[in-house]
Amino acid sequence: MHIPDGFIDLKTSAAFAGVAVVGVGTALRGARKQLDDQSAPLAGLTAVFIFAVQMLNFPVAAGTSGHLLGGALAAVLVGPYAASLALTVVLLMQGLLFADGGLSALGLNIFNMSIVGVWTGYFVFIFIKKFLSKKKSSIIIAGALGAFISVPMAAAGFVLEYALGGTATFSVSTVFGAMIGTHVLIGIGEALITGLTLSAVLATRPDLVFGYKGSENGLEIRSHA
Amino acid sequence: MNKVSTNKFIAAGFLVAALLAGGVSYYASSQPDGLEKVAGDIGFLDKAKDSAAATSPLADYGVKGVDNERISGGLAGLFGIIATGALGGGLFMLIRKKPATKK
Repeated sequence: MHIPDGFIDLKTSAAFAGVAVVGVGTALRGARKQLDDQSAPLAGLTAVFIFAVQMLNFPVAAGTSGHLLGGALAAVLVGPYAASLALTVVLLMQGLLFADGGLSALGLNIFNMSIVGVWTGYFVFIFIKKFLSKKKSSIIIAGALGAFISVPMAAAGFVLEYALGGTATFSVSTVFGAMIGTHVLIGIGEALITGLTLSAVLATRPDLVFGYKGSENGLEIRSHA
Repeated sequence: MNKVSTNKFIAAGFLVAALLAGGVSYYASSQPDGLEKVAGDIGFLDKAKDSAAATSPLADYGVKGVDNERISGGLAGLFGIIATGALGGGLFMLIRKKPATKK
């Protein structure tokens, strides 16, 4: 999923770098209002955990692998603003230190993973959660579904970038079909890892989970009404 | 409720990440990832250029000069989580709401 330099022309890359700056700026303002002594270290740990798990490519189909993106997982754990920042930190480290993802492509990658991946994963999580009971298992199911959807959505982000400034001349529909098909498969792995990780955290410290805190408050408000 | 302290939780999480990045990563699939595979199949993988960071001593998740693949990749992973923890942790602690000590 990490776009190398050269796939997308510089003009388009620069435009997406601008979008990334706006997105990260918004995330900074949002996270500043939300993070406290408890959640700030958890957000740091989330970035560390996602960096580690992104190294663990799993096989998805003949000759193809995938790895966790972590946007939906991070959004459920620490909220979408801090999640966006955590993913951006991971992408910065990967691009600068490990040459994973191009430097001119950094804005493209931030757009796809830190913005599209996080926010689509979060919106699906919130939407699904509405239909489920206020239990821990609901958080796991809604988080896993958000994770599943977020991967082809991030892949669609790449297709958009390709459509606007791809350096190759293959048709956008060819790239779209291949990207979505492959990333739906990777999304299954994303959903499994997200579900497992959320289960582990909910079993240990449910009070730290951003997406679960909302449920508890919801219960409280009703019981006092 | 007898819950794990936040410090212990963070330490345990970091330890899990260290095991994954420093050890388990050796067993990760080395097949091309989704985008690489699509680019290769359709035929635009050759458009990729080396990153300006390709000369980094940690490029491609190995430590330059360490020949043993397991040690090289493991050290790179450990360095990665420490760097990510330093930058991410530092940023989040810096922007967090400070406890209101004076009212």
